[in-house]
Amino acid sequence: MKIHISNGRLIDPKNDIDACTDLYVAAGRIAGIGNKPDGFTADQTIDATDLIVCPGLVDLSARMREPGSEYRATLKSELRAAAAGGVTSLSCPPDTEPVLDEPGLVEMLRYRAKQLELAHVYPLGALTRQLKGEQLTEMAELTEAGCAGFSQADTAITDTRVLWRAMQYAATFGYTVWLRPEEPYLAKDGVAHDGEIAARLGLKGIPVAAEALAIASILRIGRDTGAKIHLSRLSTAEAVDLVREAKKQGVMVSCDVSINHLHLTEHDIGFFDANCHLRPPLRSQRDREALCSGLADGTIDAICSDHAPVDDDAKLLPFAEAEPGATGLELLLPLTLKWAGENRVSLIDAIARITHLPASILGITAGELGINTAADICMFDPERYWLVSPATLLSQGKNTPFVGSELAGKVQYTMLNGHLVHGL
Amino acid sequence: MFNPQLDKDGKLKHLLSIEGLPKSILKQILDTADSFAGVGEREVKKVPLLRGKTVCNIFFENSTRTRTTFEIAAKRLSADVINLNVGTSSQSKGETILDTVENLTAMHADVFVVRHAESGAAHLIARHVQPHVHVINAGDGRHAHPTQGLLDVYTIRRYKPDMHNLKVALVGDVLHSRVARSEIHALTTLGVPEVRVIAPKTLLPSFVERLGVQVYHDMREGLKDVDVVMMLRLQNERMSGALLPSAQEYFKYFGLTQEKLALAKPDAIVMHPGPMNRGVEIDSAVADGSQSVILPQVTYGIAVRMAVMSILAGNN
Amino acid sequence: MTLPDAEELLIKLADGIKPFVTPETALIGIHSGGVWLMERLLPMLGHDLVHGTLDVSFYRDDFGSRGLHAETRPSQIPFEVNDRNILLIDDVFYTGRTIRAAMNELFDYGRPASISLAVLVNRGGRELPITPQVCTAEIPLPADQNLQLLRDEKGRFTLQLERADV
Repeated sequence: MKIHISNGRLIDPKNDIDACTDLYVAAGRIAGIGNKPDGFTADQTIDATDLIVCPGLVDLSARMREPGSEYRATLKSELRAAAAGGVTSLSCPPDTEPVLDEPGLVEMLRYRAKQLELAHVYPLGALTRQLKGEQLTEMAELTEAGCAGFSQADTAITDTRVLWRAMQYAATFGYTVWLRPEEPYLAKDGVAHDGEIAARLGLKGIPVAAEALAIASILRIGRDTGAKIHLSRLSTAEAVDLVREAKKQGVMVSCDVSINHLHLTEHDIGFFDANCHLRPPLRSQRDREALCSGLADGTIDAICSDHAPVDDDAKLLPFAEAEPGATGLELLLPLTLKWAGENRVSLIDAIARITHLPASILGITAGELGINTAADICMFDPERYWLVSPATLLSQGKNTPFVGSELAGKVQYTMLNGHLVHGL
Repeated sequence: MFNPQLDKDGKLKHLLSIEGLPKSILKQILDTADSFAGVGEREVKKVPLLRGKTVCNIFFENSTRTRTTFEIAAKRLSADVINLNVGTSSQSKGETILDTVENLTAMHADVFVVRHAESGAAHLIARHVQPHVHVINAGDGRHAHPTQGLLDVYTIRRYKPDMHNLKVALVGDVLHSRVARSEIHALTTLGVPEVRVIAPKTLLPSFVERLGVQVYHDMREGLKDVDVVMMLRLQNERMSGALLPSAQEYFKYFGLTQEKLALAKPDAIVMHPGPMNRGVEIDSAVADGSQSVILPQVTYGIAVRMAVMSILAGNN
Repeated sequence: MTLPDAEELLIKLADGIKPFVTPETALIGIHSGGVWLMERLLPMLGHDLVHGTLDVSFYRDDFGSRGLHAETRPSQIPFEVNDRNILLIDDVFYTGRTIRAAMNELFDYGRPASISLAVLVNRGGRELPITPQVCTAEIPLPADQNLQLLRDEKGRFTLQLERADV
């Protein structure tokens, strides 16, 4: 199918394009930028006036709860949400039920996703069997089955030797190890940032030291094993400083931050709002500011939605008992724009952090609009406000601290492999 | 700013925590409690104020003491009382806290008195009850125990009426104590100029000074010249949780003995929310001594709870 | 309308009460006006009478609609009520409901031998079968007006009319 996208403002950070120019799609790929290719007759024209046309977004962490608990979410519902959010490539952590530690499970997941044709799914494989932190998984086989990297999701490895060997084994093949830095004993049973709010509300706190110590260990082990490291979901100012220093010294480390931590702090917990029960916890204003500037100066490489749909009942519990997590696929774009606006970051730099930068962390060709690349495209209206509510969210998870907020940035069309998957 | 405890006219709708209550409401409760204090001394220990109303005690966390005082208070107001002890067994049958509360609507209760092991439980319930129902937090996790905080300051006010001139010391496990948090908020809201906490570092929350208290790790220093000593209970779990080495060492450095009490003002009063661990946080001689007001605290607890229930039940 | 001089009425009240009082009578003033009057009456009545105060906030019949009164004071009855002849003192008699509440409260202290009622002014509008035995002035008033007894810093009484929130 030949498609002509006209009158849009094309922003492609990878190829440094920010211009009002047309885009031409044929056979699922980008056929022309600006100039119409010879002999091109459009079967369909999409009028992108007032819209920004950018690469389909790349989300480093979106839980779809499949395989596993369908009452919370399904692949179909969440990939629909991804499409609505302009996300065309996403990665999911291995903490499904069963855990993604067998090639067969990974193949099944990728097959199911391919069948749905709503977004490209790049699962992360479990770093250790069942995420138990004891035995290694068949990382090579899992990579062949389609894993983009290896992760422990939210379960830290307590035996340092196992962590060392897992990273060493991954380094053998050049695989990236994704770790959420949190020292498990200091964080045990903690549900909030160890600060003034936790003291007042009587909630068990997770100290900044839990993240800082974990990062220090991980980086130090990385140095000796040569593993490529990706730190997921930074939450503290100290973490940003540690990563900045490590990058200066040439360590192979990348990291991301979630949309929630860019905008919220411990104060947002208010009167025990369980929507703010997140992992890692929402921290202090100082931490938030450091995350925002760390993202702006490139210390933090990418923004992810940290999408984790939770069913309503699991949030209607006292704070500590409520299930942590927030829905986010449909908020990745507007909250990235909000961050950019508040921190004086240009649109092209902001979009980079949700397109080609996360794509390179995943090691995939995505997040760019070069000639012949897959026509994965997001077209959005940056000025259009919409109300975040259970009615407007397509995800099965309706819980986010942003419920009731009006956000700017509405995706009008999402194209995957040259087909419209949203905005028909 | 939205305050879940007050209705749109600024009157008390729920009592969930002392934090967030204006001084005027605290005063109203304490002043009303004065009137109820005498009722217990009469022939007929009841007043008809809550006749026809139902008070439901929903205790997700067991406590015979607290539940009994709420029961007595409700009965002295001529209310009907329903007691629901939701032990962990029925919760493990899959009924959530909100399911339990919703099942109670058939009982047409006017007041729910709730105790739960998790911080924020009372706030959650208050968000989901019917409009005419009032929720009283009888203790939620480590967060708050407002009626205890109130009865403690009521007791202090009875013995030391000039609250603007007092030094008060709280001694013990502040980290795990909802009583301590409520006491601190009540004291600071009422304008007590100096509130001290005395404890080893492992038993204090981070940033505790932000609550408006001065921190002491040396009990002798901390008790100098205080007018009120408020002891907190130390639970056995603290030893097994690597927070303290032993009850003996704790008693030696943080337990209240006659000798340490002598460092406070000669007319200082000693308080304890109960139940006491004699020989762990407090010496028997002090607990039973002339400066102890631990027994009157219990009586005042009934008057204060009567005051809270009547004020709430009247605000519709 | 001109209201009578409350101080003059007080003297008339003391005279009206004297026949009802023996050395064993207990005087009980109802907060606040009744208590003020009782304090002035005690020395005027001659005997060293036993006395107390009642705050009827917990016995009112309008708790359901108006909630708890903003200012409650403890009732003080420092004597045995059983078998006692009691004289209740209040400032303004209106519907009779305050007296009903006072009597209910009194009965929770014990069983009096008798209860009599002395008031300064009856403003009409009685709603219950209760009436004062002693009353120094009858001033019928419409429902949208309230009669109040005021006491100044020197302790002198005056009567005042106010708009009522009906």
